[in-house]
Amino acid sequence: MKELSLNILDIAKNSVTAGATLVEITVTETPARLTITVSDNGCGMTPEFVARVTDPFTTTRTTRKVGLGIPLLQMEAQMAGGDLSIESEVGKGTTTSAWFDPGHIDMPPLGDLNSSILTLIQGSPDIDFLFTHSIGERSYTLDTREIREIMGDISLAEPEILAWLGDYISENESSITNPT
Amino acid sequence: MKSLEELKALREQMQSKMNVRKDDNETIRVVVGMATCGIAAGARPVLNAFMEEVNKRGLKNVQVTQTGCIGVCRLEPIVEVFVPGQEKVTYVKMNAEKVPAIVAQHIVNKQVVTDYTIGAAE
Repeated sequence: MKELSLNILDIAKNSVTAGATLVEITVTETPARLTITVSDNGCGMTPEFVARVTDPFTTTRTTRKVGLGIPLLQMEAQMAGGDLSIESEVGKGTTTSAWFDPGHIDMPPLGDLNSSILTLIQGSPDIDFLFTHSIGERSYTLDTREIREIMGDISLAEPEILAWLGDYISENESSITNPT
Repeated sequence: MKSLEELKALREQMQSKMNVRKDDNETIRVVVGMATCGIAAGARPVLNAFMEEVNKRGLKNVQVTQTGCIGVCRLEPIVEVFVPGQEKVTYVKMNAEKVPAIVAQHIVNKQVVTDYTIGAAE
C-alpha cells in the first residue's frame, strides 16, 4: 500500500463484510504516536480465529487461502516502530488498532483520507460510519447518522451528497492541519 | 465552513430531481474490484475517476459500484462493465487516465475499448 489511508479503506471493508451497521474509524495524531482504530459492531471472531488472523494464510475467503489486509497493515506498523492489535468478541464486534511512530524513517504517509472515507460511503451507503480525526488538541467528526437523518431516504451514494461530504471533510481537514 | 443546515437545502433540490433516473433494465453497471489486491494496485483513483466522469456527463443510467476480489489479482485494478443485453466486458490494469476513453467510447457510444480488455492483456 502506498499510503495508510488505503489500509484504512481495506481494513474498514472487513467490518462491512462482517455485517456491521456502524463502523467507527479514528485517526489520532500526537507528536509521539499516530494511531488508527477501526471498530465495528459486526459478527466478531472467535479467540482462535483472532490468534491466527495476522497470518497471511488466514482468510474467510473461500476462493483462495490468502488474506493480506491485516498482515500488510501489521508489517507497515512494525516497520515504523509500532504494532497492531485486534480485540474481538463473537456477536459483539471487532476493534483493530495500529500505531506508528510518526518520526520513524519508515513512517508511511497518511495520504488521502477524504478519498478513503468517500469510497467507503459510496460502497456501503446503508452502513453508518463515524469518522474522527484528531491532531493534538484539534479534531473533527463526520457521523453519517446525522447526514442520514437529514437526507431521509435519499441514498448517501448520490453524487451530490458525496460531493458535499468531500467538501465538508476537506474543509475540516485543513482546519485541523493548518489552524489559523 | 460547511454546516449540516446546507444539507437540508440540498435535500430539497434533490427530491425534485430524483424521479429522472431511468429504470433498472436500462442501467449500465460499472463494477470496480476493491479488495486488498485492487486497493493496493490503485483501484481507489479509478473508482473516483468513473464517478467523476459519469457525473460530469450527467449520465443518469450508469451505476458505479464496488465489489471484492474479481480473481485475477495480478491484473488489478480490474473493472467490469455490464451493458444490458450485451456480454460483460472486463478491463484490466486500469488507471484513472484510461477512464474517460471507456466512458466515452463504451458507455456512451457502445464501442468496447478493446486495447484495455483482459483479452488484449492475456
